[in-house]
Amino acid sequence: MNSDAQLVTSDAHQTASDSPLRSFLRATAAIIWKDLSAELRSRELLSAMLVFALLVILIFNFALDLDVEARNSVTAGVLWVTFSFAGTLGLNRSMAVEKDRGCLDGLLLAPVDRSAIYFGKAIGNLIFMLLIEIIVLPVYSALYNINLFIPGLLAVTVLGSIGYVAVGTLLATMAVQTRTRDILLPILLFPVVLPVLLGAVKGSTFFLEGREMSDIWPWINLLITFDVIFTAIAFMVFDYIVEE
Amino acid sequence: MKNPAVIEVHKLSKRFGLRTVLRALDFRVDSGEFVALLGPNGAGKTTFLRILASLSRPTLGQVRISGYYLPAQAAAVRCRLGVVSHLPLLYGDLTAEENLRFYGKLYGVLNIDRRSIEVLDLVGLSPRRRDLVRTFSRGMQQRLAIGRAIFHNPDVILFDEPHTGLDQDACVMLDSVLKEVASLGHTIVMTSHDLARAADLASRFDVLSRGTITASVHRSEIDPDNLLAFYRNAISQA
Repeated sequence: MNSDAQLVTSDAHQTASDSPLRSFLRATAAIIWKDLSAELRSRELLSAMLVFALLVILIFNFALDLDVEARNSVTAGVLWVTFSFAGTLGLNRSMAVEKDRGCLDGLLLAPVDRSAIYFGKAIGNLIFMLLIEIIVLPVYSALYNINLFIPGLLAVTVLGSIGYVAVGTLLATMAVQTRTRDILLPILLFPVVLPVLLGAVKGSTFFLEGREMSDIWPWINLLITFDVIFTAIAFMVFDYIVEE
Repeated sequence: MKNPAVIEVHKLSKRFGLRTVLRALDFRVDSGEFVALLGPNGAGKTTFLRILASLSRPTLGQVRISGYYLPAQAAAVRCRLGVVSHLPLLYGDLTAEENLRFYGKLYGVLNIDRRSIEVLDLVGLSPRRRDLVRTFSRGMQQRLAIGRAIFHNPDVILFDEPHTGLDQDACVMLDSVLKEVASLGHTIVMTSHDLARAADLASRFDVLSRGTITASVHRSEIDPDNLLAFYRNAISQA
């Protein structure tokens, strides 16, 4: 231990006097970096999500004996059931890590805008969800012999994931503070996120069926609208949700 | 001349529904003081500390830390505050150094690398700086938690039962870190059940019972051997 303790902190109190925006971005980036670094080491969250997602599509593969036409009509539903269930696992785990060792308090004690904590966690969760989707889509494509690499379909997948994670991160923050967090999150999340799932399933199905863009745009607009609404609501209420 | 007050609490009350936890509590800590907040389970110590830490809002009353009011100026207070609880507030899958760097970024600390080395040296964890925190013993985690709390060199440090779950050796080591931190001039408030430990560390002893401070005494005014009698008397007055 340092015997010159008096000298140790003599000039260490200097803190960056950034603009609020820079401070916000710095905190958001720090939280994303922290979540990615921790996950890179433990791989607990990603492996759980991935195994679960692969099992779901495998079960559907055995359960549904589909012709080509039926395949196109159920693919979007199967994919979004997979993404949303796996996503719930990830959201729960991501917030449980913060709660179990008191780290959520550690974040709340920091002199940063609390919405930076929300955005840091939400972007981290979105990255995890997109990583799972990047793996699941080719596997599904191979199992069902169906081409999923349609740019429009991929865009709908990203938009759906943004909406899902935006509201999911907010509700996971609420649920994690209760004893029944594992049960509570899906009960809270699925009714609220229904418009996003509906838009994502319909948009994806129409892309797979090769419909006209005029048929698809309303669903994409619905997704964009709910992404914006959910993100804005989360931005406004996160401070109150984490307040004791 | 009297030191300026760093913590000033006036008529603080906190209710959870119908249950009143803190009742018109008055409290003052001067700069550089080390106050041990003693009291039985359920007295309201943790609730009080959470209000000082800006993690909980007062129902009534006024709280001022380093000249800033809570909850209105919470961000300014948080810059000047460090908190250590019985939970480490550390990420097990990050190394000791990464944990400090992460919190350093949140607090906007300059020269994070240099500061990490200084703090890890202070808490005696330099040789383990690249090890994952989940491989640390409870005592080492608690020392690193202190490092996290002082990383931005706060004016005030709040310790909520920091010895909980530590064995004797770890407690002794933690005490030596606490003494070093106190010697740096931080103002410290520590809740504790352990009177002997508090007697060894603190410069003032306050007893919190049934939601209010029932007695307060400076180290110079009491023989440490009489602290138990003082405590029992204060509890019985509540």
